[in-house]
Amino acid sequence: MKPAPFAYERPRDLDAALSMLAASGGSAKIIAGGQSLGPMLNLRLVQPELIVDIAGLAELKRAEVSGGELVLGALVTHADIEDGRTADVTRGAMRGVAANIAYRAVRNRGTIGGSLSHADPAADWISALAALGAWVTLRSLAGARTLAIEAFIVGALESALHAGEIVEAIHVPMRAASAHWGYAKSCRKTGEFAHAIGAALIDPTAASARVVIGAIDTAPIVVTNAAELFGGRIAADYKQRFDTRVADALLARAGIDDAAQRHIHVSVLKRAVQEAAA
Amino acid sequence: MKENAELRNEREFPSGRRGQGVGARLPRKEDDRLMRGRGQYVGDVRLAGLQDVAFVRSPLAHARIRGIHVPERYRGSVFTAADLVGIKPIRAVSGLPGFKISEQPVLATGKVRQVGELVAMCLAPTRAEAEDIAASVTLDLEELPAVTDMLKAREPGSVLVHEHWGDNVFLETNYEVDISTARDAPIKVTREISTARQCMSPLEGRGVVATFDKRLDQLTLHSAAQMPHITRSGLAECLGMEEGQIRVISPDVGGGFGHKGILLPEEVCLSWLTMRCGHPVRWIEDRREHLVASSNCREHHYKITVYADHDGSLRGIDCEATVDSGAYSSYPFSACLEAAQVASILPGPYKMPAYRCRTFSVATNKCPILPYRGVARTGVCFALELMLDLVAAEAGLEPGEVRLRNLVRPDQMPFDNITKKHFDSGDYPEAMRRALAAIDVDAIRARQKQGEANGRRIGVGVSIYCEQAAHGTSVYSGWGIPMVPGHEQASARLTPDGGLELRVGVHSHGQGMETTLAQVAHEILGVDVAKVRIILGDTAMTPYSTGTWGSRSMVMAGGAVATACRELGERARRIGAKLLQHDPASVVLQNGEVRGVNGSVSLKAIAHTWYRRPQDLPADVDPGGLEVTQGYKPVRDSGTFSYAAHAAVVAVDPDLGEVEILDYVIVEDGGVLVNPLVVDGQIYGGLAQGIGTALYEEMPFDASGQPLATTLADYLLPGPTEVPAARLDHMETPSPYTQFGVKGIGEGGAIAPPAAIANAVNDALRPLGVELMQSPITPHRIVTAVLAARAAQRSAA
Repeated sequence: MKPAPFAYERPRDLDAALSMLAASGGSAKIIAGGQSLGPMLNLRLVQPELIVDIAGLAELKRAEVSGGELVLGALVTHADIEDGRTADVTRGAMRGVAANIAYRAVRNRGTIGGSLSHADPAADWISALAALGAWVTLRSLAGARTLAIEAFIVGALESALHAGEIVEAIHVPMRAASAHWGYAKSCRKTGEFAHAIGAALIDPTAASARVVIGAIDTAPIVVTNAAELFGGRIAADYKQRFDTRVADALLARAGIDDAAQRHIHVSVLKRAVQEAAA
Repeated sequence: MKENAELRNEREFPSGRRGQGVGARLPRKEDDRLMRGRGQYVGDVRLAGLQDVAFVRSPLAHARIRGIHVPERYRGSVFTAADLVGIKPIRAVSGLPGFKISEQPVLATGKVRQVGELVAMCLAPTRAEAEDIAASVTLDLEELPAVTDMLKAREPGSVLVHEHWGDNVFLETNYEVDISTARDAPIKVTREISTARQCMSPLEGRGVVATFDKRLDQLTLHSAAQMPHITRSGLAECLGMEEGQIRVISPDVGGGFGHKGILLPEEVCLSWLTMRCGHPVRWIEDRREHLVASSNCREHHYKITVYADHDGSLRGIDCEATVDSGAYSSYPFSACLEAAQVASILPGPYKMPAYRCRTFSVATNKCPILPYRGVARTGVCFALELMLDLVAAEAGLEPGEVRLRNLVRPDQMPFDNITKKHFDSGDYPEAMRRALAAIDVDAIRARQKQGEANGRRIGVGVSIYCEQAAHGTSVYSGWGIPMVPGHEQASARLTPDGGLELRVGVHSHGQGMETTLAQVAHEILGVDVAKVRIILGDTAMTPYSTGTWGSRSMVMAGGAVATACRELGERARRIGAKLLQHDPASVVLQNGEVRGVNGSVSLKAIAHTWYRRPQDLPADVDPGGLEVTQGYKPVRDSGTFSYAAHAAVVAVDPDLGEVEILDYVIVEDGGVLVNPLVVDGQIYGGLAQGIGTALYEEMPFDASGQPLATTLADYLLPGPTEVPAARLDHMETPSPYTQFGVKGIGEGGAIAPPAAIANAVNDALRPLGVELMQSPITPHRIVTAVLAARAAQRSAA
């Protein structure tokens, strides 16, 4: 389990990194924390000609609240968030998610931008940030563009990143004072990949809810207007009105044929809704 | 009931005896280096000119090899079967009648029979470069249909793994005692039960560094091996060399569990390669190789009927057991050890008047199944103990009651059971009673009536087993496999400065033998354990031994060390008597010195005399001096029988399928414990592996024979948070046949947990109409069963 040969560059700034990516013509891979790419290289599942190590790019390590939203550089680590070294606009929601990602050793090195770019369906951020209504800034030499998380994650291990493009920052909106948050996942053992994730941001006052079912074989199911899951309206009694049959139908539509798998997903989502209501 | 965290070691451990001898709870001597990262493993061996090997392995489970294409630039760095002229395939034959022989070529010839089978060997200055070469080699394979289901493999017309056999059965056995007499029993329960294929997963995988010394005309193989002398014999057979031309060195070994008892094709390949290319070569198994190609185990299937009376008394067991042995018979244990053992050990520690068991060792297109800690016992215990819970449910009795009614009693010891196993000693009902009391079944029944606020369901389960260990010549001669253990030897030598060197042919790969054998020596000679050196893991420096397997080392090597030390002590005593100017009959060896009425002389002074002042020796001194090799066998070599009752409390979430172990109790009887601390470690480690079998570990295959768990992200092992702080209780019934009354205990911890945990899960879910008869008990299997039971109840309503 040794990687195939590759060239290695460690650029000093983002422009240099983008130039290297552009020059590689799609044969480069970006490495940050290396928590997913490292094993994939060793298994020779990916054999890039060039590895661009962005770990030294200070401009991607910033974390600041600006204009009512949190802007996290792509190199912010899970541990940065878990330990409260970054500002928070989610009233602890992101900190709670971060604290349960894999193992501490992974959280020390793994980055939020890397996790999103890798787009593993079982990863936490793609589901949690979709529920929180976050979006990403993608940058290439041609400029920047923004995408909502649910538009950014296209499928299993598949994002909307173009060749030569990099996740620059993640923007997380302020969680309303009236918005409830619930996040649940089921792992076979501590720190293992989840086999079901449920995330819910429910604001009974605003009668709105974003609900995500994650850790399925494709991109998470993101329900931005989740009234249907709660019998047609979102109000203070949403916990009682949560309709498991609607969730089950969503999963069936997403191609999950196995009833037990659907049942576990629905049960996990129900936990998330209960946690939000608690 | 209290939650798990509060239960930690509530009961006092046995205090251990004082001093440093047998029974002392000494910290392990070897931990000073191992825990500081100063161990020396095969991967740490550095030799000048060393080059690395990577293998080209079959990507298909079953295929004919039409061609192997090596790029021009790598010719000379790639070797195939065509290069290995004169190298014989690995043959592990059993003498049991009807056994069919498989020949495992060290590099594939003609066809490949498993994914991961070695096809070509690539040599380069580094492993990464060797892997580059391996990736450049292309195989022209004609894919054949694969046999992956052992039950289908038994059917006529199945695709054949070894065409000339005519079927896929390595061996079929049949054992029967009067089964017809059981058929009128009022309780009759029949089920199919299975255990998943697993992977042994020691921290350190296999590894080989081979080199050839022209001066000594000797091949030296450094290998992570638990049976170095057997490895040498197997190598000599395959290479066509004299055994004296081969030295096998097994340095520190990071866990064996059976995996490292097997002669590897890689060991043969690298031995040939170093002689061919004239410099040292290395291959270190990586985790993917380990998972895919090397160390599978445990895959059993049972079709079993248990007959009982209304009071739970067993009337008989009728079983058909099938074991998926994989493609080849592995050396030295053979492809039938696992299945054929099932027939003899299925009755466990229970009395019954009637019994029948047919077994099938079946060849499939998977890697060979190897004997893993507990060997067939884990599967057997799982099958029988799950069935006894069903008998209890039918009889309306507590599971514990059914056990107590049928366990062999202490007043029946020694006891020959229905398969003629000779139980040396023990009080099995007492172990079960203590476990039931400690887990507090009544409190759990009360809690079950109340229900859980969070919707989980609580269950309690028990299991008990017996572990035959250190069984010797009389047992293994009947198997006719390449290895039959005889007398175990140890050499003991006093050094000129009064230290003690012990040489033994067993090995230590987590067992703490460097400490426990020193304790045995201390018990006899009184030498400080700090001054006792244990030399093991090297065929050039140790007496021949079949090595460490079958929980035999403490009984066998411990007995041999005691025997050798006694003889050494006697010789020292006679020299000491002369130095004290006493009649030898009037002096004794005590606490490391020879004592008479006029004074004493230390072993150190006696050693100094033998080596440095021979002029002071008695005229009739034993010319063998202070170096002794002695052989040892227990009074009876049918094995020691240790045993343990396990009890588990679990909480099961029926909607998520998650299982949490809330409490775990083990009441173990390993005879006299040489070092209770080491024994506790063995039990905890075994428990972790048993939990893996119960809940996590599974090596699935698709229909074409592709293994589906090829990394540790897919093959789940329990970690620290999955292993509860079990409560241990020891009984110490001495074996009447061994030195000090010790028994082998190395495997027991891994035998009973799958059964206890499965019984607890079934106890929790039985009111829902759910029954799980397959390991591991995964969330998906639980939820599938819960949904099926709910659907059945709806359609019944």
